[in-house]
Amino acid sequence: MKRWLPYGCIALLAVVPFAPVPLYYLHLAILILIMGLICTGWSLMGKFGLVSLGHGGFMGIAVYPMALLWNHYGLTPWLGAPIGVGLAVLLGVLIGYPAFRFRVVGHYFALITLALGEVVRLSIIAARELTGGSLGMTPLRVQPITDVSWYAVQFTDKRYFYVIALVAWLGGLWAWRLVNRSMARSALEAISEDEVAAASVGIHVTSQKLRITLLSAAMTGLGAIMLGQYNQYLNPNSLSGISISLEIVFASIVGGMYTMLGPTIGALITIVFRESLRAYFGATLTGMAETIYGLLLILFIIFMPRGLWGFVVARFAHPTGDTSRLEVAATR
Amino acid sequence: MLTLRDVSAGYGSFQALFEISLEVSAGEAVAVIGPNGAGKTTLLRVISGQLPILSGSITLQGRSLLGLPAHRFIEEGIAHCPENRRLFPRMTVEDNLRMGAFIPTARRHFAERLDWVYALFPRLRERRGQLAGTLSGGEQQMCALGRALMSHPKLLLLDEPSAGLAPVLVMQVFDLVRRIRAEGFTVLIVEQNIQQALELVDRAYLLEVGKVKLSGTAGELKNNQFLRQAYMGL
Ligand SMILES: Nc1ncnc2c1ncn2[C@@H]1O[C@H](COP(=O)(O)OP(=O)(O)OP(=O)(O)O)[C@@H](O)[C@H]1O
Ligand SMILES: [Mg+2]
Repeated sequence: MKRWLPYGCIALLAVVPFAPVPLYYLHLAILILIMGLICTGWSLMGKFGLVSLGHGGFMGIAVYPMALLWNHYGLTPWLGAPIGVGLAVLLGVLIGYPAFRFRVVGHYFALITLALGEVVRLSIIAARELTGGSLGMTPLRVQPITDVSWYAVQFTDKRYFYVIALVAWLGGLWAWRLVNRSMARSALEAISEDEVAAASVGIHVTSQKLRITLLSAAMTGLGAIMLGQYNQYLNPNSLSGISISLEIVFASIVGGMYTMLGPTIGALITIVFRESLRAYFGATLTGMAETIYGLLLILFIIFMPRGLWGFVVARFAHPTGDTSRLEVAATR
Repeated sequence: MLTLRDVSAGYGSFQALFEISLEVSAGEAVAVIGPNGAGKTTLLRVISGQLPILSGSITLQGRSLLGLPAHRFIEEGIAHCPENRRLFPRMTVEDNLRMGAFIPTARRHFAERLDWVYALFPRLRERRGQLAGTLSGGEQQMCALGRALMSHPKLLLLDEPSAGLAPVLVMQVFDLVRRIRAEGFTVLIVEQNIQQALELVDRAYLLEVGKVKLSGTAGELKNNQFLRQAYMGL
């Protein structure tokens, strides 16, 4: 029974778009899947103590080149996307290698990444002739205009994007699982506890940290590419910079970065939350979402450090409430 | 087996070791003794690759260890049981031992080595599921020894295994080291308990402010007038 549950859920998710689901909910589902992928990528680093406050940087550097290549050279996103992901990975190397090589850890690492997200955002804005600056840019409509263009990855029907996003999200979960079952996971756990001791048992600290960073960057870049392609609109403030970077952190912590589904649950919570705020307050209370995010984040870090989903999983696995084992169970 | 020739090392502009020469033969147990701040820990850091040297040479069985990154030393057969143990506190005892067998050659023998370490330290078997950070000081020391042994090193470096333990536990730790010796391991041990250390080892070096002040067999040093007066209060 339990073994079939995941497959049942996947099957259910796969048939959702073919049921009469209101378009708005389909739209939300797509956003949740994509943000779920990005947050899963972030958590792959976060759960090993590599806290990045700049994942927006990986988003911007991946999605803009793809859109620009399409607009200026007509290069299909099928080729633009791998180029974009490649650039995100390259940025990961540029930031990760020196940081890890010279043992920049903890708060200092977080600060470096914070700068990374902003540098990418400011660069996009500075290149406004190309990128449209803070007004954003739109990928050109494929000519001749059709409803379904696989070449341009432009679809009028949201269901195409839903399926693409679902596949990518499942790919992200699969990557999580692979990491979780590999020696890399033990190595990274050891590193997060004591780098010197980890090196002394034979772990190549720099390379292990770099590899997980690159995986995380790639997943984030891919998510950004899908967001840009789905919205058919790119804006530096929502696809790079500090605000989206912190939203990723927030979602991952609230959902629970130590569990496979935690980051996605976190994405779901933030997106639903943001949408309902908008529905109730309209545009009158700008900044409301950020304020509430901040407050919730503090509460979560204090009272539910393993996130909502981490908490549920731990309770479910050990209903007796033996907290030391709860801790261990929640990290699995 | 291990040979240091004129090794100098330090931290930034501060030089902590001055032209140290030292030799450990296969099957031998050698102690490094000396006052606080003499550079004993620094010496072990150098031998385990955590600290690059300024000059001199280090060879293990004739192979130079210069320039090897820290994580490669264990593959060369050098296991370091560091000062203050440095276990992985939020991992269980068994996971700590598993990490000790991280390198591929050791991973292959994980199950048998684990049984062997548990046979050596039955207490660890009892505590296998406990988080290492919650072990008692003596148990942590066992766990650290066990972790270092999991890779079946050619040379075991022990940095003050008895530090911070009650006298009765100090005796126990020395018994543990004696058992490890009896298994045929080559041991280089740093100790403050000079008398007890000299009962355990074949030879010893006395380090003072980064220089070798004295060296000799345990028997010679036990009767050395200077050592007796300055360090053993006899
Ligand atoms: N990471 C470091 N950075 C700078 N100086 C250091 C560092 N570690 C040790 N030292 C200095 O190097 C000298 C030797 O230190 P070391 O730890 O090797 O001494 P020790 O013989 O192990 O002493 P103890 O018996 O107290 O453990 C000391 O003066 C110490 O202050
Ligand atoms: Mg010391």
